[in-house]
Amino acid sequence: MALDTRTDRRPSFAGVLWRSTVGKKTAMAVSGIVMLLYLVAHMLGNLKIFFGALDFNGYAAWLRTIGEPFLHHEWFLWIVRVVLVVAVVTHAVAAYQLSRRDTAARPTAYSHRRRRASYATRTMRWGGVILGLFIVWHILDLTTLTVNPRAESGHPYENAVASFSTWYSATLYLVAMLALGLHIRHGFWSAAQTLGANRPGLDRPLKGLANGLAALLTLGFIAVPVSVLTGVVS
Amino acid sequence: MKLTLRVWRQRNPDSPGAMATYEVDGISQDMSFLEMLDTLNEELILGGDEPVAFDHDCREGICGACSLVINGDAHGPERTTTCQLHMRSFQDGDTIDVEPWRAAAFPVVKDLVVDRSAFDRVIQSGGYITAPTGAAPEAHATAVPKPVADTAFEHAECIGCGACVAACPNGSAMLFTAAKVVHLNSLPQGAPERESRVLEMVGQMDAEGFGGCTNTGACATACPKGIPLFSIAKMNREFVRAARKRG
Amino acid sequence: MTSYHDYATGEPVADRTAPEGPIAERWDRRRFEAKLVNPANRRKHTVIVVGTGLAGGAAGATLAEQGYHVEQFCYQDSPRRAHSIAAQGGINAAKNYRNDGDSIHRLFYDTVKGGDFRARESNVHRLAQISVEIIDQCVAQGVPFAREYGGLLDTRSFGGVQVSRTFYARGQTGQQLLLGAYQALSRQIAAGNVTLHARTEMLDVIVVDGRARGIVARDLVTGRITTYFADAVVLASGGYGNVFYLSTNAMNSNATAIWRAHRRGAYFANPCFTQIHPTCIPRTGDHQSKLTLMSESLRNDGRIWVPLAKGDTRPPNEIPEDERDYYLERIYPAFGNLVPRDIASRAAKNVCDEGRGVGPGGQGVYLDFADAIGRLGRAGVEEKYGNLFDMYERITAENPYEVPMRIYPAVHYTMGGLWVDYDLQTTVPGLFAIGEANFSDHGANRLGASALMQGLADGYFVLPSTINDYLARHPLDDAVDATHPAAVQVVAETTERLAKLLAVDGDRTPDSFHREIGELMWEYCGMARTDAGLRKALDRIPHIRAEFWRRIKVPGTGEEFNQSLEKANRIVDYLELAELMCLDALHRAESCGGHFREESQTPDGEAARRDEEFGYAAAWEFTGTGEAPVLHKEDLVFEYVHPTQRSYA
Repeated sequence: MALDTRTDRRPSFAGVLWRSTVGKKTAMAVSGIVMLLYLVAHMLGNLKIFFGALDFNGYAAWLRTIGEPFLHHEWFLWIVRVVLVVAVVTHAVAAYQLSRRDTAARPTAYSHRRRRASYATRTMRWGGVILGLFIVWHILDLTTLTVNPRAESGHPYENAVASFSTWYSATLYLVAMLALGLHIRHGFWSAAQTLGANRPGLDRPLKGLANGLAALLTLGFIAVPVSVLTGVVS
Repeated sequence: MKLTLRVWRQRNPDSPGAMATYEVDGISQDMSFLEMLDTLNEELILGGDEPVAFDHDCREGICGACSLVINGDAHGPERTTTCQLHMRSFQDGDTIDVEPWRAAAFPVVKDLVVDRSAFDRVIQSGGYITAPTGAAPEAHATAVPKPVADTAFEHAECIGCGACVAACPNGSAMLFTAAKVVHLNSLPQGAPERESRVLEMVGQMDAEGFGGCTNTGACATACPKGIPLFSIAKMNREFVRAARKRG
Repeated sequence: MTSYHDYATGEPVADRTAPEGPIAERWDRRRFEAKLVNPANRRKHTVIVVGTGLAGGAAGATLAEQGYHVEQFCYQDSPRRAHSIAAQGGINAAKNYRNDGDSIHRLFYDTVKGGDFRARESNVHRLAQISVEIIDQCVAQGVPFAREYGGLLDTRSFGGVQVSRTFYARGQTGQQLLLGAYQALSRQIAAGNVTLHARTEMLDVIVVDGRARGIVARDLVTGRITTYFADAVVLASGGYGNVFYLSTNAMNSNATAIWRAHRRGAYFANPCFTQIHPTCIPRTGDHQSKLTLMSESLRNDGRIWVPLAKGDTRPPNEIPEDERDYYLERIYPAFGNLVPRDIASRAAKNVCDEGRGVGPGGQGVYLDFADAIGRLGRAGVEEKYGNLFDMYERITAENPYEVPMRIYPAVHYTMGGLWVDYDLQTTVPGLFAIGEANFSDHGANRLGASALMQGLADGYFVLPSTINDYLARHPLDDAVDATHPAAVQVVAETTERLAKLLAVDGDRTPDSFHREIGELMWEYCGMARTDAGLRKALDRIPHIRAEFWRRIKVPGTGEEFNQSLEKANRIVDYLELAELMCLDALHRAESCGGHFREESQTPDGEAARRDEEFGYAAAWEFTGTGEAPVLHKEDLVFEYVHPTQRSYA
């Protein structure tokens, strides 16, 4: 009797994940957390700017020596960069594919617009795009120095001060960091939910943690351009 | 009460639809929303027009047939089903917008009626425990701790109305699917099919063209049975666990 | 337009399949004597199942598991919405988990007695036996029954029985059991063993050479009329309570499947046996489209009363204690507010008829929790009845913690239905009826928490065993198709009926006729019936029918989704069924169970059964619209439970 209703296929773990919406969200959550951890380190490093050019430039130079002599010079940095690129691409591709899918799932909009717009979803999508564009600018500005007004290799302190002294660069940075805050605010809690870590009793602490992280990172990051603009750092 | 209704009218799945405006008078506060629509329909029929088609059956909030988006909210302003919404939730002179569930996976059949068979196919893909009639062990053979039984019950309360999909900005069916996965996967009886169930059901849910979850929580806010948002987190956990075990 | 009050009596109808011998062995014996179908041959058989409630869903899933191919129909958009889903209270089973003296025999005894000795002993005993297996089956499917802290199943006592044998899942037992059956059915749909036709309504049976061979159904989305053929047809289409317009049934529950089967030769048994549930929320006005049941469990703690004086319009809280009449406690001091459903309902009607009813139209009585709140505290009451209180407040906008609830009886369940033998086969060979659609197990009154038990017993266990015998006795190779003259004729009649409904183009809506026939039935064939009233109704119905065909207005066409056409077509059948119900009520000049004839009362106003004259099930044979049917009696023999007059005083 035909009672068997299932076939036995054995796809790979990654394949199962990537093919489903739930799995793609998992990929987004994991890549998001990787980026978040990086940002915490990045933000803490940035704050070294308040100790002066010597400290800051020294710290930047030290970053290139991590892992030596096991790793070659700058290898650690490149490993981090590769991981970050993978994370960003995974995050962005999954977000793009899911967003397309989400839009297609509601082909006809309601003619009565909701009072409670889907605030989180929209800020995530637009915020994500803003952050993506900002990363490109940020790398061109302070890593490759392509668009940096000073562009003196080996002098990140001076380059940063020069960049943030221009109104457009500072504005861009501030806007991007606000977008980052909003992104993390929903994104961190959302990642916990996606990874199945959320449960009754944990919801409020998780939301509090998300808010705290968002505020901490935003304030930590904007402290630098604000200090430059106000002349605290020069 | 006198009201202005703007109702979605669409002859059949292939024809275009539009909002039509109707005035209804003499509406009592004690009427349910559907009884108000009955009143409109009686007038339409006698006036030689076609009545507004809408799904409804038990009218006591349990069958899950009724499915109207009222002023942009699935099932209207109260947290209940459309059939249990009463006109006392509205003011005399109000203009009320009435639309069908909107989702690619729920195509409009006529007016406010949509095809929700996608939900049935999600259940068919694995939303059951394989227990052919007669094969069951004695009911007390397996004790189920009360908290587990309560969790299962809370998720089994889903009435399959589709409000979660209608409310979700992405037309996602995660809350519906999660409710069934959590109901069956929390019970010892559901354990043998735990992995295949969640994998198959999520796969079918995706295949039906529902959107993904962006954790906005609109589904849980609209759910007339109060299925919690945590159930989605639980299903995600089950899914990754199953993918790991199977992959 | 002729009316009838008289009828002819034909040959008695006999249950040929009922086994002999000690009652506890009969089900085993029948299963052994029944022929089996070779597993290899099963897949060559197709069975049509109409309805996806507890009985239909369970039967479809089980037949498919056995290897048959099942064509399953429901008018809803999904099988999960069948009205079994609305059952609140629970399901009885003689598990005796409480060690409180319950047994299969006691459940059997209670059900026969509760049915006021108008049910067949063999069937009821089988039901009690199977009740035990049902719980096992449902638990295995993942039905989340209430449990105790030790992890074992909880039970409660229900509907005035003295043992605690009712299993429940909060106030949503029907929903959870139905989802269990729906999920089992879904599994078989996925496996290809069941073909589901949702939004498809059966409109007639196709009988070929005396055997049911298929149905005619309408696709409610496209309007297409299609024939479906099978080796047997199972009707699991529920009861006919909606003939009263206002009832606790779903809006679209209807009698068409069983009525059309009756017209094609299936006898209709005890149509006047209807159950009126005492605790429903009263109607608020003419706009009322349906009534909502409040669980009977409320009577465990609530006290029912009306003002002593007629026309007392003071708010309830301003009526002093000595000006209230706690009439159930006064008339039935031993049982008080816990008297059986029919007695509680009738007493409410009586006080309202005296002009002492409360609320809009004086059609209500108070169900007061003030004492219970005083005794248990508000939190205690909330824990027990919180969800019911919330539901009441949502519907009425009154807070029952502060103001007494208002309740009134409403039509709830129909014990009558298609006559079936022990195998659940109707008088048309190959046509089976299960669940509320048949008449078999509840006699003249159904006990609380027994409907779910019967639906699942029929669907999971009885029909899948007994249908084998029929299938095994008939050849495999005599397929019928749509070109068969019998099929062509049924399709033509159906199409013509729908076309006629659309063509009248009169000036009254389907609902207006439904309301009219419903009000007539409630008035004359409701809680209390009289010879004169029933005759009046029998005179009136043919007029309504004639007016219906003259003035009905159905907009739109038949080739599209058309809810007015669906409704109108169901009313056609109500207008005939109502007449049969009144005739059956008129002919049964006794009171029993849900059927109360004012002429047949004991000196203290209780129902008086007349076993000598009416100790039978009345099976009616259709002879034509507006023509008197023929009565066939099935004598009821009571070997194990001896008829006694009920007494609750």
